[in-house]
Amino acid sequence: MVNQYETVFILTPVLSEDQVKETVKAYEKLITDNGGEMVNVENWGMRKLAYPIQKKSTGFYNLFEYRVDGSFIEKFELAMKRDEKVMRFLTVKLDKHAIAYNEKRRKKFAESKKEEKA
Amino acid sequence: MAQNSDIRYLTPIAVDTTKKKYCRFKKNRIKYIDYKDADFLLRFVNEQGKILPRRITGTSTKYQRKVAKAIKRARHLALMPYVADLLK
Repeated sequence: MVNQYETVFILTPVLSEDQVKETVKAYEKLITDNGGEMVNVENWGMRKLAYPIQKKSTGFYNLFEYRVDGSFIEKFELAMKRDEKVMRFLTVKLDKHAIAYNEKRRKKFAESKKEEKA
Repeated sequence: MAQNSDIRYLTPIAVDTTKKKYCRFKKNRIKYIDYKDADFLLRFVNEQGKILPRRITGTSTKYQRKVAKAIKRARHLALMPYVADLLK
């Protein structure tokens, strides 16, 4: 069954910007190659962690929003688990309220970006 | 003995005028509580980062469950601390 999911994952701060972009792209490809459809990709950049993970106090936060068959999630999470670059991840299935909320959030996000540019 | 009606107070007695608590999610028709919004979730924890009980925040049972879940997700992603002191 095709559902909408959302994954937030934290990459180690040891990586360079290019490596981060590369990893994110690789995961995007993994989703699209398995019949998934990307809805939204967000890069929150380097952020301070509320508590140390693997003795690191910062991390690169990334967010994926995508529509994919439920059976793919297991595969996706396994890939993240095996990846040493990923410190933490969380996948959440989105219900209709969450989808509506995320759309609103996205609009806000886009607007604030526009203002920054202007 | 002075009768009840004879007792007069110079200043009106402090009657409990505490406002009735309400569930902010029901009132504002918020359907989804975002775990990514740590600043908002901070209202539902104390200085130590513990989740506040319903009796203090006034949240309804249904939404308290969702608040708790959102806070726990935020903690997993290190957006909020599991333990802290002087959080606020």
